Amino acid sequence: MTETSMDIQPQRSQWLDVWDQFKTHRGAVIGMLFFITVCLLVLLGPHLWPIDPHTIDIRAKNQGPTLAHPMGTDQLGRDTFAQVLAGGQVSLAVGVVAMLISLFLGSLIGVLAGYFRRIDGLLMRLTDLFLALPLLPLLLVIIMLFRDTLRASFGPNAGIFILIVFVIGITSWMQTARIVRGDVLALKEQEFVLAARSIGTPPHRMILRHVLPNVLSPIMVSATLGIANAIITESALSFLGLGFPSDFPTWGRLLFDSTNFMTLNPERVIWPGLAISLTVLSVNYMGDGLRDALDPRIRGR
Amino acid sequence: MTPETTLTAAPKTAAPATEGDPLVRVRNLKMYFPIYRGVLRRQVGEVKAVDDLSFDIFRGETLGLVGESGCGKSSAGRAILRLYDVTDGQILLDGTDIAPLSGRELRRLRPEMQMIFQDPQASLNPRMTVASIIAEPLDEHRRLDRRARMERVFELMDAVGLDRDFANRFPHEFSGGQRQRIGIARALALNPKFIVCDEPIAALDVSIQAQVVNLLEDLQERMGLTYLFISHDLSMVRHLATRVAVMYLGRIMEIGSRDQLYDDPRHPYTQALLSAVPEPDPAAESDRHRIILEGDVPSPANPPEGCNFCTRCPQVKDICKRETPAFRQMSDGRFIACHLV
Repeated sequence: MTETSMDIQPQRSQWLDVWDQFKTHRGAVIGMLFFITVCLLVLLGPHLWPIDPHTIDIRAKNQGPTLAHPMGTDQLGRDTFAQVLAGGQVSLAVGVVAMLISLFLGSLIGVLAGYFRRIDGLLMRLTDLFLALPLLPLLLVIIMLFRDTLRASFGPNAGIFILIVFVIGITSWMQTARIVRGDVLALKEQEFVLAARSIGTPPHRMILRHVLPNVLSPIMVSATLGIANAIITESALSFLGLGFPSDFPTWGRLLFDSTNFMTLNPERVIWPGLAISLTVLSVNYMGDGLRDALDPRIRGR
Repeated sequence: MTPETTLTAAPKTAAPATEGDPLVRVRNLKMYFPIYRGVLRRQVGEVKAVDDLSFDIFRGETLGLVGESGCGKSSAGRAILRLYDVTDGQILLDGTDIAPLSGRELRRLRPEMQMIFQDPQASLNPRMTVASIIAEPLDEHRRLDRRARMERVFELMDAVGLDRDFANRFPHEFSGGQRQRIGIARALALNPKFIVCDEPIAALDVSIQAQVVNLLEDLQERMGLTYLFISHDLSMVRHLATRVAVMYLGRIMEIGSRDQLYDDPRHPYTQALLSAVPEPDPAAESDRHRIILEGDVPSPANPPEGCNFCTRCPQVKDICKRETPAFRQMSDGRFIACHLV
């Protein structure tokens, strides 16, 4: 926050303190290492693993784990490991981008509603409205309406990616907004906000300087949960045939494709499921550690 | 209802209050908070937190504002600093009426008046360093380069007795007294003329209270500050204030110089309030006559007819329940709102 170049005390970057605190949270460090590993695997894996996820080898269908196919094959003989790697790219990208959208919307609406009493009622009724909407029919309609135009202008995969990320983002910000609003309402009554007002701090700087940093904890928690939520919603959409095209693997798609073969090859459900849960878990731990590290009251204890 | 000011402040410090030269003049200040009820959130009434206050604060003096919890002391202090939109009345700061101002015009006058808060823990943003807390007023109102800004922050830290090494620490690393010093440094950053101290010592240890009060006195002397000192600690107000105002249920009951008020309280409420102060001398303490008031303070949403104090006054008369007593000046200069004197 402050850079002091005076000779009195050596200024230590705050991010260094944050990193020091983050390191003491063992779960967070393990989670971060795991998340980095997953990211590297899904980014570099498809280039290193020799089998293409789309290669159909009908003679090797429905196999269990073997040396050639460490995660087995599906009913068309496609390599599950290659599919999990390729699917991870899409799932992680969808998860992160949709989370960012919903986080931005949720924080914005929550802070505005909490801080400005005049628009509180309006924004909260809007939030209630979105909460009350039946999600799946809404998604159906949105995707039906916009899929073709977006595909035409951005290409089939990029178009559907934008659509899915956007749709998940604008239908999952409500919890964040409510939590943030509650915290802002409590924060607004604190004396340091009053002190800032007595100084004459204008509202936008008040929000950026005093309100947002202090509602970081619930936002971080929402962010980690949001990634999980987005990955799972994307799976549900893929299952309904509204997500990515059927030859385009994502973790959710793999999971749902495998459910029919659960009795035959139970491990086919386990691999993508494991990938989703472990990724979500690692993100949760990371968020936990980050939240603690960003709080100066906990830091240094 | 608007009393002319001929009150003489008993000068206490080397820089005496100039007679008849008020820095702050408050006239008929009203601060009502609306109460909303029901499904339609209709306004069903209002809490009369501050009801028709009129007084002056002279340059260089300390006006003590005392009263029991919930009597509207803090609301009055905040309304005078325009932290609230006042319902009605005038607040003249150096001749400018700040009650109707808003936005940019009000912001330009903010450096003139500052506040020191009760809870030193809550009044400091836990996520900002001491330096950035003290520098916030500078960032808002002064164009300083980084070096000048830090120089000023260090100057302020020296003035309130904080070690310069603390600049990059966070508020939670400090004791209550040190936190209050940070709050004081922030209030002083823009060289204000007028400071509202909203129970600045109530949350502190007794040993620390003396330090902070001495610091406040010292700063007043050096910088020529004017204080409105809100407190329920009557002995501390006696030590610090040049004049004292006594509030009850949103109204000022009696206002006069410290010695007038403490030696010869006239208003029944002031008498009762002061009789609660323990005497340090055991002999005097043993025959101290306490006036114990019956009943509770009425709700400020529904104050009684007539005098606000009539429900608990030991000397209540019929007229008290019918007519609101005027705020009159006595021959000795003090103002009292009571039918009996």
